[in-house]
Amino acid sequence: MSYLAKPKFHHPAIPVNELGFTHRDYEGAISTLCAGCGHDSISAAIIHACFELSIPPHRVAKLSGIGCSSKTPTYFLGQSHGFNTVHGRMPSVLTGANLANRELTYLGVSGDGDSASIGIGQFVHAIRRGVNMVYIVENNGVYGLTKGQFSATADQGSKSKKGVANADSPIDMVAMALQLGATYVGRSFSGDKAQLVPLIKGAFEHRGAAFIDCISPCVAFNNHAGSTKSFDYVRAHNAALNTLDVITGRAPITADYEPGESRTVRLHDGGSIRLRKLDASHDVTDRATALSAIHRHNAAGEIVTGLLYCEEDSHDLHDRLGTVDGPLNRLGAAELCPGVEILERINASLR
Amino acid sequence: MQPTNTVNPDYFHKVVDCQWACPAHTPVPEYIRLIAAERYGDAYMINWRSNVFPGILGRTCDRPCEPACRRGRVEEQPVAICRLKRVAADYKEDIRHLLPRPTARNGKRVACLGAGPASLTVARDLAPLGYEVVVFDQDPFGGGMMRTQIPRFRLPESVIDEEVGYVLELGVELRQKRIESMREMLAMGFDAMFVGTGAPRGRELDIPGRREAAANIHIGIDWLSSVSFGHIAKIGKRVIVLGGGNTAMDCCRSSRRLGGEDVKVVVRSGFEEMKASPWEKEDAQSEGIPILNWLVPKEFTHDNGRLTGVIFEKVKAVRDARGHRDLVPTGEPDQHIACDDVLVAVGQENAFPWIETDLGMEFDRWGMPKVDETTFQCSIPGVFFGGDSAFGPKNIIWAVAHGHEAAVSIDKYCHGENIAERPSPLTNLVSQKMGIHEWTYDNGVANDLRYKVPHKDAAIALKDIRVEVELGYDDKLAFKEAQRCLNCDVQTVFEEKLCIECDACADICPEDCITFAPNGEEPELRGRLMAPSDNLTQDLYVSAELPTKRIMVKDEDLCLHCGFCAERCPTGAWDMRKFRLDTTQAGDGCRSKA
Ligand SMILES: Cc1cc2nc3c(=O)[nH]c(=O)nc-3n(C[C@H](O)[C@H](O)[C@H](O)COP(=O)(O)OP(=O)(O)OC[C@H]3O[C@@H](n4cnc5c(N)ncnc54)[C@H](O)[C@@H]3O)c2cc1C
Ligand SMILES: Cc1ncc(C[n+]2csc(CCOP(=O)(O)OP(=O)(O)O)c2C)c(N)n1
Ligand code: SF4
Ligand code: SF4
Ligand code: SF4
Ligand SMILES: [Mg+2]
Repeated sequence: MSYLAKPKFHHPAIPVNELGFTHRDYEGAISTLCAGCGHDSISAAIIHACFELSIPPHRVAKLSGIGCSSKTPTYFLGQSHGFNTVHGRMPSVLTGANLANRELTYLGVSGDGDSASIGIGQFVHAIRRGVNMVYIVENNGVYGLTKGQFSATADQGSKSKKGVANADSPIDMVAMALQLGATYVGRSFSGDKAQLVPLIKGAFEHRGAAFIDCISPCVAFNNHAGSTKSFDYVRAHNAALNTLDVITGRAPITADYEPGESRTVRLHDGGSIRLRKLDASHDVTDRATALSAIHRHNAAGEIVTGLLYCEEDSHDLHDRLGTVDGPLNRLGAAELCPGVEILERINASLR
Repeated sequence: MQPTNTVNPDYFHKVVDCQWACPAHTPVPEYIRLIAAERYGDAYMINWRSNVFPGILGRTCDRPCEPACRRGRVEEQPVAICRLKRVAADYKEDIRHLLPRPTARNGKRVACLGAGPASLTVARDLAPLGYEVVVFDQDPFGGGMMRTQIPRFRLPESVIDEEVGYVLELGVELRQKRIESMREMLAMGFDAMFVGTGAPRGRELDIPGRREAAANIHIGIDWLSSVSFGHIAKIGKRVIVLGGGNTAMDCCRSSRRLGGEDVKVVVRSGFEEMKASPWEKEDAQSEGIPILNWLVPKEFTHDNGRLTGVIFEKVKAVRDARGHRDLVPTGEPDQHIACDDVLVAVGQENAFPWIETDLGMEFDRWGMPKVDETTFQCSIPGVFFGGDSAFGPKNIIWAVAHGHEAAVSIDKYCHGENIAERPSPLTNLVSQKMGIHEWTYDNGVANDLRYKVPHKDAAIALKDIRVEVELGYDDKLAFKEAQRCLNCDVQTVFEEKLCIECDACADICPEDCITFAPNGEEPELRGRLMAPSDNLTQDLYVSAELPTKRIMVKDEDLCLHCGFCAERCPTGAWDMRKFRLDTTQAGDGCRSKA
C-alpha cells in the first residue's frame, strides 16, 4: 500500500545463504495489496523458503492468473522470470513452459477464484499430468480483486461482509488434488509461517505436482465474524496433523526435535522432511488416510493443515512422456534433424 | 519479559539517540526538520532554549550526539547534527523578538562567578524569572574559555558577541572583578551563588631543562588566551606541541598561523587513544601537521638559555595482569627533535586558591569541593558549582547542561523547596498520520552519505588566524544533510489490543526489527528474533501477550522510523507518533508549590 519503495537498508548482520544472498535479495516490488492481506504473508513465506533453499532466483519461473493473489509474484523474487496469464490459464501456460524448459523451477501462484472457478479445468489437468511445479492457491474464499464475491471454496453457510450466507457447497482443493494424483499435497495458513515455510520448501524439493492450499484471509472482504476464512476463525479451528522440518542434502541438520512420534519422508536430491506427528493416526505416504483425515476433520468443523500426503518416489510429466533431458532451446540442428537414416527407421516402424 | 512501560519518559527518549546523548537533551530531529523546511529561526530557538549557544556550539561542540546517531548504525557516518545547528544560526532571521523579556524583579539576587558558558546558562535561565543576576569575571567580556581559548579560525568573535549578548541583554550584569576570596563573595549577601570559574590551570611538565629553557616553553591554555587577546602574534618556525587533546590541536593549528612552518604534535599514547576528536586530528593533519605517537618527553635540550629541542623516549603499550594499560620503554634509542618553541598541552586542572579552607566547605581527597552530582550544590547550602569547576574539564555543552540543572536548584532553593526533588521533563506523543500513507514527516529513507562541509582555501586560511576555516553548509547542502535524519523522535507505538497478528509489519520491515514470538527472558529472547540482536545498549520494545500466546518484540536498534510497519498494519495497531521531550528548566514548572 505504501507508494514508497522499500528502503535498501537491511540489518547488517542478517544471514546470507550459500549463494551469498540475504532474504532481502529475494524480494520484489513493494506490494500494492491491502495492508494486512494474507497474500503478502504468503509472499514473505515464499521469499524465506527460496532464501533458505538457496534457490538461484534467475532459475525460477513464477506464473499466475488474475486476482489479488495472482498479482503477488510481482512482490517476490524480483530477479525471476514471470508470466501473468489470462484468468485461470496459469496451469496451462505453466505446463507449456515446463515442457519447453524442464530445467527451471516452476512456481504457480493462483487464487481460489482463479483456480476453483474459471480455471478449474486447467487446474485439474495440470495436476493429473504431474507437471513438476509448486502450485500454491492463496485461498480467501472470495474474489478479492473484484470486491469480495463468494468464490467456489467458500464454505456453505459462511457469511459475506454484508451478512448473506453462502448457499453452495464448497470445493475442497486439497481433496481434489489428492484424487487427481498430486504427489505432494499440503494445506496451511498465511498466519502460520512456522508451518508454511517448511511446507513450501518441501514442495520445491519435491519432483512432480506439489499442491498447497493456503488459507489467506482477505482483510478487506472476508475477515469478519461469520466468515470461515478469517484470522480468528482459522486460528480457532486449525487442526494441524504435523509439524515439519525440511532437511536438504546440502545444509546440516540444526533443528532440535521435541519429543513425539516422528517420521522422515524422503525428497528428491537427497533431502528429506522430518515430521513430528500431532495426529498419530495420520500416515503422510498413504493417499487414502489423507483423504479420510480431510473428511473426518471437516465433519468435526475443523480445518486440517500440515503435510497431508507425499509420494516418495514420484514421477513427473517428463518422466512419463520420456522427453529429452535438456530444455528445447538447447537442441541443435543435429538433434532436431537427425538425418535421413533415422527418418527411414521411424517411417519403417510405422509401416 | 514484562511489557514495556512507555509511560516512563526515558523509554522513548532513549530511542531518540541524539537527544538522549546530548547533555542538554536538545530535541535534535525536531530542529533538523525545521531546517529542511527552511524555518531557520524556529530551528535556532529550539536550540537556544536547550543549549543557549547554537552558533558557538554549531562550530565547536564536542557533539556526543553524533557517535550516538542512528544513521551511524545503519550507514557509516552519522548525520552532521552539529554543523546543521550552525546552519540554523547562520541563516536565521532576526530572532530577538522571540527571546524572553526581562520581567519585574522577584527580589532575589544571585551571583555567578566566572562568565563562561556554565554561568551564562544559569543567568539565562534565572534572569527572565526576575532574579537579579550578577556575573563576575576577571576579564571584561563574557564567554569564558569559548572566548579566551577557542581560536578565532574555529569560532569568530562576532558569534560569541551575539550569543553572549543575548544573555546579557536579559538584564544580567557583568561585573569585572578578579575573585580573591570566597569569604568576601559570601559576605556580599547574595541569596544564592553559582561557581563557574572553570578549570583554569594548565598542567605543568616538570622534566629536566624546563626552567633553563622557560622562555620558549609555554603552557598551552595560557598561550592560547594570550593569542586570543592579541598579546602574542608570533611563534618560532619549528614548534613542538606536547599532548593529544583538543588544546593541543588548537595550539598546533594556531602555531601554523603565527609563523610556525614545521609544527609537530607529539603524543605519549597511540593515535586512536588521543583525547582529541577524530575531526580535530583530521583538520590538524590536513594543515600539514604530523602527529607523532608513542613518544614520552624526557628532557628539554637548550643552549645558553635557548631551547634547542626535546628528547623523547619511545614507548609501547602493554597490559598488566589486571588489564591495566601501561606505557613501557621499547628499548630503542631516544629521539631528539629539534625545535624553537614548545607548547605544553598535557591537561588542565581545577584550582581554587581563593576558597578559604575554614568556611565549612567540604573537600574531597584531591582537594576539590564536594559537589552533588544531581543538585550541583556543595556542602554550603545555597552555593552551587557547575561546568569545568564542578567535576573537572569537560566541554561547553556539559557546562550548559550543568548550568540548567544548577538554575533549577537555585530557583527551588530560593523558593524554600527541597532541591533534591528534581522535576520530570515535559513530554508529548502525537500521531503523525495524515492519510493512508501520508505522514507529517518525510518517511522516505534512502542510503545517503554524509555531505562534507566546505572549507576555506587552505592557503588563505593559514595566513590569518582570524579567518574562519569552515564555511558552513549552504542552504542546498543543508537540506540534503537534513534529509539524512531518520526522525527517530517519530516513534513506532504499538497497541496490542488492535493487533490481529497478520504479520504484515514483520514482513515489511526493512531492518527485520519486528518479531512475533513466545515470551522469554531478555537474553534468551534476543536470540530468537528475526535478525541478530546484539546491541544491548538498545532496548527491546515488548508487548503484552497476544491471542496466539506470542508477544510482539521490536528491537529498537536499527529501526529506520520509515513507518512502513504502520502503513502496512490493517488495524492501526502500529502508529507513528512524534515524541517531544523538553527538559524542565528553572521557573514555575520546576517547583512543586508553583
Ligand atoms: C584550548 C581549548 C579548546 C577548547 N575547545 C573546545 C571546543 O571546541 N568545544 C567545547 O565544547 N569545549 C572546548 N573546550 C572546553 C571548554 O572551553 C570548557 O569546557 C568550557 O568553556 C567550560 O565552561 P565553564 O563555564 O565551566 O568555564 P570557563 O569557560 O572556563 O569560564 C570560566 C570563567 O571564569 C573566570 N575565572 C576563573 N577564575 C576566576 C577568578 N578567580 N576570578 C574571576 N574570574 C575567574 C575565567 O576568566 C573564565 O572567564 C576547550 C578548552 C580549551 C582549553
Ligand atoms: C476472463 C475474466 N473473467 C473475469 C474477470 C474478473 N475477475 C478478476 S479477478 C477475479 C477473481 C479473482 O479471485 P481469486 O482468484 O480468488 O483472487 P483474489 O483476488 O481473491 O486473491 C475475477 C472474477 C477477469 N479478470 N477475467
Ligand atoms: S481485496 Fe482482499 S485479497 Fe485483495 S488485496 Fe485486499 S485483502 Fe488482499
Ligand atoms: S519504522 Fe517500522 S518498518 Fe520502519 S524500520 Fe522501524 S519497525 Fe521497521
Ligand atoms: S501489521 Fe498490525 S495487525 Fe498485523 S501483525 Fe503487525 S501490528 Fe498486528
Ligand atoms: Mg480469492
